[in-house]
Amino acid sequence: MSGVTMNKPLVADSAPKAPSGLHQPRLPRWAPAALALGAAAVGTGIGIGAGLGSHVQWGLLAAVLYVAGMFALAARVEGRRQAKDRLATSLVWVCFLIAVVPLVSLVWETIARGIKVLDGNFLSHSMAGVLTIQPGGGVYHAIIGTLEQVGIATAIAAPIGLLTAIYLVEYGRGRLAKAVTFFVDVMTGIPSIVAGLFVLSFWILMMDNGYSGFAGSMALAILMMPVVVRSTEEMLKLVPNELREASLALGVPKWRTILKVVLPTAIGGIATGVMLAVARIAGESAPIVLLVFGSQLINNNPFEGAQSSLPYYIYEQWAAGNEASYDRAWAAALVLIAFVMILNLVARGIARWKAPKAGR
Amino acid sequence: MDITPATAASPPPLAGGPAPAEQKATTRPGDRIFLALSRGSGILLLVIMAAIAVFLTVRATNALSHNEGNFFTTFEWSANSTPPVFGIAVLAFGTVVSSLIAMLIAVPVAIGIALFISHYAPRRLSTPLSYVIDLLAAVPSIVYGLWGALFLVPHLGGLYGWLNDYFGWTGIFEYHDGAARSLFTIGILLAIMILPIVTSVSREVFLQAPKMHEEAALALGATRWEVIRMSVLPFGRSGVISASMLGLGRALGETMAVATVLSPSFEIGTSLLDPGGGTFAQNIASSFKESGEIGKDALIASGLVLFVLTLLVNGAARLIIARRKEYTA
Repeated sequence: MSGVTMNKPLVADSAPKAPSGLHQPRLPRWAPAALALGAAAVGTGIGIGAGLGSHVQWGLLAAVLYVAGMFALAARVEGRRQAKDRLATSLVWVCFLIAVVPLVSLVWETIARGIKVLDGNFLSHSMAGVLTIQPGGGVYHAIIGTLEQVGIATAIAAPIGLLTAIYLVEYGRGRLAKAVTFFVDVMTGIPSIVAGLFVLSFWILMMDNGYSGFAGSMALAILMMPVVVRSTEEMLKLVPNELREASLALGVPKWRTILKVVLPTAIGGIATGVMLAVARIAGESAPIVLLVFGSQLINNNPFEGAQSSLPYYIYEQWAAGNEASYDRAWAAALVLIAFVMILNLVARGIARWKAPKAGR
Repeated sequence: MDITPATAASPPPLAGGPAPAEQKATTRPGDRIFLALSRGSGILLLVIMAAIAVFLTVRATNALSHNEGNFFTTFEWSANSTPPVFGIAVLAFGTVVSSLIAMLIAVPVAIGIALFISHYAPRRLSTPLSYVIDLLAAVPSIVYGLWGALFLVPHLGGLYGWLNDYFGWTGIFEYHDGAARSLFTIGILLAIMILPIVTSVSREVFLQAPKMHEEAALALGATRWEVIRMSVLPFGRSGVISASMLGLGRALGETMAVATVLSPSFEIGTSLLDPGGGTFAQNIASSFKESGEIGKDALIASGLVLFVLTLLVNGAARLIIARRKEYTA
């Protein structure tokens, strides 16, 4: 089916003038590790020697040295084909390391810088009466805002997403279902700022409502729906048809079959999907900037007046641009990441605990 | 288990009545209510999509009717002055360029990681690794922005100086000292942000490559790289393309990370390393608070362009995936 053509003289090629019998000379197994260490050392050495400022360059240098060295060494000892293989292997490893470095750095920086001002006081106070250049203040108002906005968004998006998924899996046939499937897919790609602009244009500019947490929730709900639909759909498809048929054969109406048989079977996966979606929207800040407007004070009412939220708080503190506010931004980032990660871990925990009952 | 057009020949199911296969079951009121509810929410999703397009268009036309400049070619964003003058040329340039840089960096690396997870990593490592990659997709964009502005930017100055020394003559890599809050930095940051999604989709595809092909190649004496080049990559090509387009869609619409890192200006410079430029989403987020009525509508107009752009990219990606499914199903 694919263009796999293996008529090339692979076999002939793999048996070059082998010096002794079948065995090609191979590099020892520790060679890549040793070369990597060497490359790292030389990279650092050159970096220090040439006075290169950024560590990024040291790393890139070491990576290039390693890849080139490995290729040269393998080409000398093992032959061209093996050398190419080694080249690919080392490139793949380098790719992996290149990706890991910034991500580890991100997590590390957030924890190291965020832990400085993160304490009980930070979590239980708002920014009321605190100048941005002063240390002190906290994220309480932002946490309240995030919880309320995300809660409302979930209350809107989860039922709609769930029902849509049920429609697609249990009823969906024909053109409507195809259209819904396609647009759900496309909807996952809507930039969060566009969802924010939409709610802005119809809720605030056209219907003349003020900025409020609820407006933000609507934008978040739009972002959340397609994610819920997708994950729920996947889970419902895993429910074995025999269960449905058995229930229907007993004369149970279809809606009761769905509610009492299909949903309970898939509930673990559905809960996981919803929680992952919650984790995703909890970190959204773009719609909040447009719709909730930000506030320094505690506002417990999401339907009236400006609120804050954790992501928005980070942005605000970053924009203030001084050491005290940077500290607060990092601490809030740590709180947000912890919140999102806990949601993720719990969600995956549920997924594992309620492991797929299908496909036995 | 897909909803395939296999049953497309059945009578039109949109008539609102019971589906033909379940004769009696759907006549019960509970069933009818439930079907109406679930179909209703499906339709609601479509309505929302349509409403997004309609509302944005309405506001955008309002702004465009007041615009004294050319919406596509004006290098200026003074939507709040009278008369308002604004154009998206700079934003379009910045958005496309930064996303393309992100793609150029992220896609090869993501393919590498995907291959690492699917074919190179020790088996015991690969599951936790893919798990970690998925977790990374959950890191909020504002945190990437904060990290980019306070950690990445100071660390890139040296690299940019070096690029300037050796490649400055091209004009593209010209760099004058100062904070590296430029389009290129945005590109790097966006690349890091879209890595997880490109990786996880490509990994899925690579894992689906037919085992028989790989084993056959191995049996013929192919090295691991030859196996991948001959049986895994050709199989996964369309998957990788659509994964990259999904990543592109993300990069185009990324807001807060760009808004925190970039120091915007309304001009198109030849140098990618010097600060300046802007993107659609960044411009909306940063100039929203100072905007009046027309200013907001102008931002909505630029948002509409972004919406259409991401719609096209994502739609194309989905179509490629869907076509591939039909082949392999």
